[in-house]
Amino acid sequence: MAYLTINNLHKRFDDHVVVHDFNMSIEQGEFVTFLGPSGCGKTTVLRMIAGFETPTSGHIRVGGEDITHQSPQKRGIGMVFQSYALFPNMNVTQNIGFGLKMRKCDGAEIARKVAEVIKLVELSGKENHYPHELSGGQRQRVALARALVVEPRILLLDEPLSALDARIRKNLREQIRDIQRRLGLTTIFVTHDQEEALTMSDRIFVMNQGRVEQEGRAEMVYTEPATEFVARFMGNYNLLGAAETQRLLGLNINGHMAIRPESIHVLDAHSQQADTLAGTIRQHQLLGNIIRYQIESAGVTLQVDRLNRTASDLMPAGTEVRLQISRDDMREVR
Amino acid sequence: MKSTSRLGAWVAIAIGTIYFLLPLIATFEFSLKMNRDGYSFEAYKVVLSDPGFQATFGYSTLMAVLTIIVGILLVVPTAYWIQLKLPRLRPLVEFITLLPLVIPAIVIVFGYLKLYNSSAWLPLTGNDRATDFLLMCSYVTLALPYLYRSIDAGLRAIDVRTLTEAAESLGASWPSILLQVIFPNVKSAILSGAFLTFAVVIGEFTMASLLGRPAFGPYLQLIGANRAYEPSALAIIAFLVTWASMGLIQVFARNARPARKTA
Repeated sequence: MAYLTINNLHKRFDDHVVVHDFNMSIEQGEFVTFLGPSGCGKTTVLRMIAGFETPTSGHIRVGGEDITHQSPQKRGIGMVFQSYALFPNMNVTQNIGFGLKMRKCDGAEIARKVAEVIKLVELSGKENHYPHELSGGQRQRVALARALVVEPRILLLDEPLSALDARIRKNLREQIRDIQRRLGLTTIFVTHDQEEALTMSDRIFVMNQGRVEQEGRAEMVYTEPATEFVARFMGNYNLLGAAETQRLLGLNINGHMAIRPESIHVLDAHSQQADTLAGTIRQHQLLGNIIRYQIESAGVTLQVDRLNRTASDLMPAGTEVRLQISRDDMREVR
Repeated sequence: MKSTSRLGAWVAIAIGTIYFLLPLIATFEFSLKMNRDGYSFEAYKVVLSDPGFQATFGYSTLMAVLTIIVGILLVVPTAYWIQLKLPRLRPLVEFITLLPLVIPAIVIVFGYLKLYNSSAWLPLTGNDRATDFLLMCSYVTLALPYLYRSIDAGLRAIDVRTLTEAAESLGASWPSILLQVIFPNVKSAILSGAFLTFAVVIGEFTMASLLGRPAFGPYLQLIGANRAYEPSALAIIAFLVTWASMGLIQVFARNARPARKTA
């Protein structure tokens, strides 16, 4: 039986439906991500799990217990906020120990547990610092430690890395994932960053307009998008309409055809390989390790990624090429 | 052009300063003339040793302290709740808290006398303690514009919602959230409001006089009507109390930690 189950969750603010018929189940120790653009309802679902919002209808169960209408204090669910939400009047030790103090733990136990978790998040030496004396990354590690020290049943992370710069974000996401694995903690992570979702999650729920567009293992959601929205949101997919697909590939479809830019092979214009398409390079962008080409074929502009191995790999605009697209790399989406 | 406008500004400041300081200096100078032989602090000595001064100043100080305590207990949870759960009511609450500035104190106190006289359903003017209570309540009303504005500004400077949710998720009860998370983070705003309230209550005349209580305001008026030098000394003392309160507001405002929203 799943550890956390959510059934038919709805949330309405006045006339606006924010979450529509949301269903999910999570196993104990799983790391799940809600991925979607701003306003898709991912944070609202998280807030309903935490108890900060009351669902309009539906049920939330943890370990078989219905917690839908339980107060946040009684749920035993830890939360890390985007804005850290550290108490400015307390130093690192007091912030981390706050939850244990509220649970009436004795002083020695609080000191021991706080010391352990400070070591875990690598904040030794910062015990007496106040939040305003810490960097963004350190503040977020204090927030993480504060949520972890009370040994929550579920850990909720609401875009915890989005206020940090790229380097700290990368380090911290590795640290969060490592700690989550070590503690076997059931975790729900909310983000709008595809890279974060793909690198951290066991499973991803892609959300749009209050609904789950697709749910699945990280690698599957990326390579096998179920809808046009997921294909657009997850990467730089080429999305061809029915007419474009017919013109370019000679296939009849109803929805859209999604083709990943890295799955299109660029061959020499004189290549004799079968099942290739003639194309012309219109422009290119250098993105570090890859070169992104805009290639026109049969009146359709395709985005194609190639590894940037040597300077001679770069093909200038106007170059005639042939394109090879495997049928396995094409995915029809709704 | 620039130097002309700068000169104009300095002239305006000089005129303002003279307008403000001259009467003060004159009052102070006059208060030192009680002794015919020359300048002395005789008037201050007389005033400070007057049992009437001690009793009324003590009474008003006690009233101010009680007003501050009751005002804080009333305003902090109200402003907190408005910010957290009922932000749509903020304009209404702001309007209500501004009313004491619009409605003259004499109107308010006559309203109280009408509502709470000895033959009313709640007779709060029947004995001294009950009237003290009524006076303290009327001071809380008078202090509302200063207390509410100051505390509301303090609450807006912190992320009340997220701090509350963080404390809730850690198992904190509502009293714990208020006492351990909210109060300490709006301490300087509370103190600013408290000192303003103190300054307002110490010199208040109308309510204390009409309710017949022995406060410092009516004492100032009484001395002013019957003595020559002592009223000047009292005016300077009252002025110093007010300025000390204002100075303390500045001290606490300066010591408040900046940029709390992102903490």
